[in-house]
Amino acid sequence: MNLLVFLLLSVLKIAVVLVVFLSAVAYTVLLERKLVGRIQNRWGPSRVGPSGLLQPLADGAKLFLKEDLLPTGVYRPLYILAPIIALSCALISIAVVPYGARIAWHGVDMFQIADVNIGLLVILSVTSVGVYGIALAGWSSNNKYSLLGALRASAQVISYELALGLSLVGVVLRAGSLNLRSIVDSQAAHGLLSWNVFGGFQIVAFFVYLIAAFAETNRTPFDLPEAESELTAGYHTEYSSMKFAMFFMAEYGNMIMVGCVATLLFFGGWTSPFGSLLPAFGGIVVQAFLPVFWFVLKVFCFLFLYVWVRGTLPRFRYDQLMGFGWKFLLPVAIANILATSLWLALRTA
Amino acid sequence: MYLALFIVFGLLCIGGALNLLFRRHPIDCALSLIVVMTSLAVLYLLLGAEFLAAAQVIVYSGAIMVLFTFVIMLLNAGSEERTHGSAAAYAAGMPGIAAIAGLLAFLFLSQNGPAAKARLGDYEVSTGALSRVLFRDLLLPFEVTSVLILVAIVGAIALAGKEH
Amino acid sequence: MTIPIAYYLTLSAILFCIGVGAFLIKRNIISVFMAIELMLNAVNLTFVAFAHMWRQIGGQIFVFFVMVVAAAEAAVGLAIILAIFRTRNTLDVDRIDLMKL
Repeated sequence: MNLLVFLLLSVLKIAVVLVVFLSAVAYTVLLERKLVGRIQNRWGPSRVGPSGLLQPLADGAKLFLKEDLLPTGVYRPLYILAPIIALSCALISIAVVPYGARIAWHGVDMFQIADVNIGLLVILSVTSVGVYGIALAGWSSNNKYSLLGALRASAQVISYELALGLSLVGVVLRAGSLNLRSIVDSQAAHGLLSWNVFGGFQIVAFFVYLIAAFAETNRTPFDLPEAESELTAGYHTEYSSMKFAMFFMAEYGNMIMVGCVATLLFFGGWTSPFGSLLPAFGGIVVQAFLPVFWFVLKVFCFLFLYVWVRGTLPRFRYDQLMGFGWKFLLPVAIANILATSLWLALRTA
Repeated sequence: MYLALFIVFGLLCIGGALNLLFRRHPIDCALSLIVVMTSLAVLYLLLGAEFLAAAQVIVYSGAIMVLFTFVIMLLNAGSEERTHGSAAAYAAGMPGIAAIAGLLAFLFLSQNGPAAKARLGDYEVSTGALSRVLFRDLLLPFEVTSVLILVAIVGAIALAGKEH
Repeated sequence: MTIPIAYYLTLSAILFCIGVGAFLIKRNIISVFMAIELMLNAVNLTFVAFAHMWRQIGGQIFVFFVMVVAAAEAAVGLAIILAIFRTRNTLDVDRIDLMKL
């Protein structure tokens, strides 16, 4: 394989994925505003462009042109570094996500940026580093609301990371690999029926993952780090303009990542829900991009769920949140590991 | 390529460690330590230890150091002031440590064994191979460490819990 | 392209010595604790380097156990620091000089 071709194609892949990911982030914000609007019996944004479709552009322009305030009391290097950490951690993990079937062009897999043996662990490790963005933002802002929000966020994230990691062990046990492509291949046999969430009996693990992921991304009903009724805006109280926008994009980027991981691990990734029932149609291009369509559709369903939950559920109290994570989710996740490994051991014996 | 990666991340390690040495504020120290640990994870990857690289980031950078920053934020620890104890450490300790580092480096670099070369991808330990050793040959030590973790959790809660 | 394992060992020796130096001159108990973590990390690098040199998986297993023990140590150590700060209201190791809490 030619090194130059490899580099060019990699740069192309990264550029395309980044552009798609960032516009997905922008339109997730619009989706949320529209949907929450409809849930609350109002229209949501509808003025900019046809039925509000250009609203993300207007938001972006507004945030970009706002004055970038630097409060006097902040610890400057960390105050500037924190949103960069948050955003870059949200963007890095997309590199190991396979978003379509493996199709090599000049020896380069076009539907994944990097095929890593330990892909799942890479996502988990990048997520676990992402908490520094929030923690440092709150600490360096020199503001009591920010600090409280940051303390809550770090405690919450390390608590729910345990349940989140353990809920994925069942899937890894079934697939026998940490490679995301192998995990998807292990559930590709019979369409919907062989997905981990149904055929793999990982439905408990899926719900544990989903709840823990809501807490990891600081979304309702676990959005205590930015609970506006008690902490103003939590860790990003002192942030304005582009720095605030970076936190905002990081939050929605993390939501999309959670959708991607749930799709890959529990819902068969890019495979079709109909398995081989659906006859192959169209030319080679349609066959190459159909998996991408299924993948995007599944991720979209998760984003819809996120917004739906936000429009429906009230916020937890902090002690309830911690008690729920440690006393309920963690034991359930461990029980799921036990059950899955027993089942696998009995099946092979 | 391999040498370049080694040099970049090795220098990041040393730079982070020196920053830890000379900064006064604990949060600066914590952040430099995170840089060191994450660069070490890349070096582990270069040495073919992919699982350990991920575990290094998850356990060290993502859990242990978050705990450290959490405690620093919780106690609102400020910059440390220099006291009489540190003057002696500066005067006697620093030259001694530099001497030890020089001696060790000389020892390592003057030995050239036949197999002592590293290349990218010539020895990769898969997660499966690692776990086979861990769960088959070393099952008892593994279980003992899990008991240790349990004891540590109980101890931490007992120590840091509500006022007695 | 190859590089000698000795480079890794030297790097780890330098890191370890910086850790010892930080342990000696730091006065904040949390920073002292972080210096210990730095030394542990330096030793881990030698284990991985030797595992690569002798093609032995045992070196990596060692690192795994060191990480587990470090996690346990951090949890208990930080809990002790919290307890000390509550009763003595300082983090300076020179002021924590009584054999009781």
